[in-house]
Amino acid sequence: MNEKLENILLKPSRPVGIVGYGAYVPRYRLPATEINRIWRGGEGGIPVKEKAVPGRDEDVATMSIEAARNALKRSDVSPRDIRAVWIGSESHPYAVKPTSTVVAEAIGAVPNVQAGDWQFACKAGTEAIVAAIGFVGSGMADYAMAMGMDTAQGKPGDALEYTAAAGGAAFLLGPAEESLAVIDCTYSFVTDTPDFWRRAYQKYPEHGQRFTGEPAYFKHVTEAGKTLMEATATSPDDYAYAVFHQPNTKFPQRAASMLGFSNEQITTGLLAPQIGNTYAGAAIIGLTAILDVAKPGERVLMVSFGSGAGSDAFSITVTDSILERQGRAPSTSDYIARRTEIDYATYARQRGKLLMK
Amino acid sequence: MTQVVIAGIGQTPVGEKWDTSLRELAFYAIEAAQEDAGGLRPQALYVGNMLAPQLSGQAHIGALVADFAGMNGIEAVTLEAAGASGGAALRSGYMAVASGLVDVALVVGVEKFTDQVGSIVEDALATASDSDYEAVQGLTQTAQAALLMRRYIFEFDVPRTAFAAFPLTAHANAVGNPNAMFRKAIRPEVYERAGMVSDPLNMFDIAPNADGAAAVILTRPELLPPGFPHPLVQITGSCLVTDTLALHDRPDPLVFHAARLSVERACQQARITPLQIDDFELYDAYSIYGVLSLEAAGFADRGEGWRLAQDNCIGKEGTLPVSSMGGLKARGNPGGATGVYQAVESTLQLRGQAQDNQIPNTRRAMIQCLGGPASTAATHILEVP
Repeated sequence: MNEKLENILLKPSRPVGIVGYGAYVPRYRLPATEINRIWRGGEGGIPVKEKAVPGRDEDVATMSIEAARNALKRSDVSPRDIRAVWIGSESHPYAVKPTSTVVAEAIGAVPNVQAGDWQFACKAGTEAIVAAIGFVGSGMADYAMAMGMDTAQGKPGDALEYTAAAGGAAFLLGPAEESLAVIDCTYSFVTDTPDFWRRAYQKYPEHGQRFTGEPAYFKHVTEAGKTLMEATATSPDDYAYAVFHQPNTKFPQRAASMLGFSNEQITTGLLAPQIGNTYAGAAIIGLTAILDVAKPGERVLMVSFGSGAGSDAFSITVTDSILERQGRAPSTSDYIARRTEIDYATYARQRGKLLMK
Repeated sequence: MTQVVIAGIGQTPVGEKWDTSLRELAFYAIEAAQEDAGGLRPQALYVGNMLAPQLSGQAHIGALVADFAGMNGIEAVTLEAAGASGGAALRSGYMAVASGLVDVALVVGVEKFTDQVGSIVEDALATASDSDYEAVQGLTQTAQAALLMRRYIFEFDVPRTAFAAFPLTAHANAVGNPNAMFRKAIRPEVYERAGMVSDPLNMFDIAPNADGAAAVILTRPELLPPGFPHPLVQITGSCLVTDTLALHDRPDPLVFHAARLSVERACQQARITPLQIDDFELYDAYSIYGVLSLEAAGFADRGEGWRLAQDNCIGKEGTLPVSSMGGLKARGNPGGATGVYQAVESTLQLRGQAQDNQIPNTRRAMIQCLGGPASTAATHILEVP
């Protein structure tokens, strides 16, 4: 450990781990070539192969329920013992009225529970996880459910329409001794950097184009990852896997290479090419894909990124319990394989992009 | 006529300077130029800028920059002539010193594109064209350059790939310029594969908008500080000429008439012919502009400029080196700062300080910047006396 830096690491006084995890991806896929066909005359490069699109009866509440139920299946926890249900998203169905109460009720966690919706662009989910670690780590609660889930909005024709996707993951945090993976520590790097935003009553977000790259994504992801490794005196070799926020295919690949990680280390958690950018769900659904195949003792580095801007970095070590829990719920790759391709017209209908009046 | 020499030069790296403001960019260039000039104190400041009112919400840049640079009390104004703003500022500084009314003039070109993105930038750039007859139709400068290039290809039966010579040369030269935006050479295949932006202009035919500032300090030789450390560089020709603002008002849109006249008059003043030029810093905002500028300067006949650029003739070892530090294409296009960057870069060449990019035995340089499709053309001749 680097003593000077150790103070800025977040470590609960009571060790905390992941006692259950679950993913959810809706079944519909819109190939990026479809967006090119409609908006670019079929020409030009594509940032991902395809993206996941929610069905007409799906939203962040229904999708969070699916993921939370999967997380419960991978735990031995009764929902009545859950003391917090926290959901990070930038597509909460209501501006006022929590998604988290709907989900808490549906999974049987009411009424002795904290419930709240979190917002920090694409890192709302990991912010909720850090809070849940604190909640359990302080001893105020034994179990807290934290989620990141989105049905992201991409303006028709905008560069973000290729990637703005739906999906996410849920994590049940609890005492380390019951966990399938221990949270070693976390570190967050946050500044006021306005690279991407959506104001109240706006349907689609706006962004600063190339400003979203160097000064936003790359600066925060690499600073968070680098500082966590320095403070824990670890190097990329100490991690079996690394997973980063993945707004497209290239950004996480480049961030990984800047931090010294190989392609092999990031391939398992790099899902953006197949499902797009699931925003608040993006880094953490990558983590579920890793946990699906990880072996006891393996260490994982996860770094999220949220516009506005900040990154949460996590060091996570898998325990022996993982092997028995992995198969209790559908794997992330099961969800990715469950695939119905749609065309742009169907997508426009499903996503409410046709104005009727 | 009174001799005017370049006493100091300064420049900032060109690129996306999100964390540096308009005034800071200008100040960094001034600071470098003052140090280079051995502490000469200017009496007048001429700022070249084209977009600050639209993109930074800031007009009145003369007073702003003078204030921020600690020069309160001096004369300071902004000159605007679209992409030729830097050349216009340089000419004002030249006239002030040559007339004897000002002993030491500071010329700064500064542009800050990245305060805004997208259509706001397009709208701002369109203000350089004829608003009532061109911009109102949705014509952008890039679309206009594409129309010119298409017409040129049609009239003279030119292979589209011939235009590659300009971006290839620019990128090769930018490798050695630490202040350039794209310091990477490109191969012909990369040019040919590049995506079309406005047919027939592809991505490499268009210079990237960029932030940057450059500064020069002008004075008379007798006022140079004792022990002035640099070889002398003199401005021997200076000319600014205008043409119709709208392209459709010209009898022949493929002739950059203002560019031709400004070269003729600047050379006449310097008592040279263009053939005596060792380094031509031309205005390659679009590769078609490069071709038309070579023809306008008399280096090639109408319809033949593209031939001159083949076989690496415009490279730094060629018969007519152009864009020796990367030009607008690879150094970056810092809008109204361009003309001052060209003055700084050609001074480096003439002083023998261009390092990896040094053109051997350079004694005469011609620099030219254009506003729109040469609706304004500012040309200067710089020489080692």
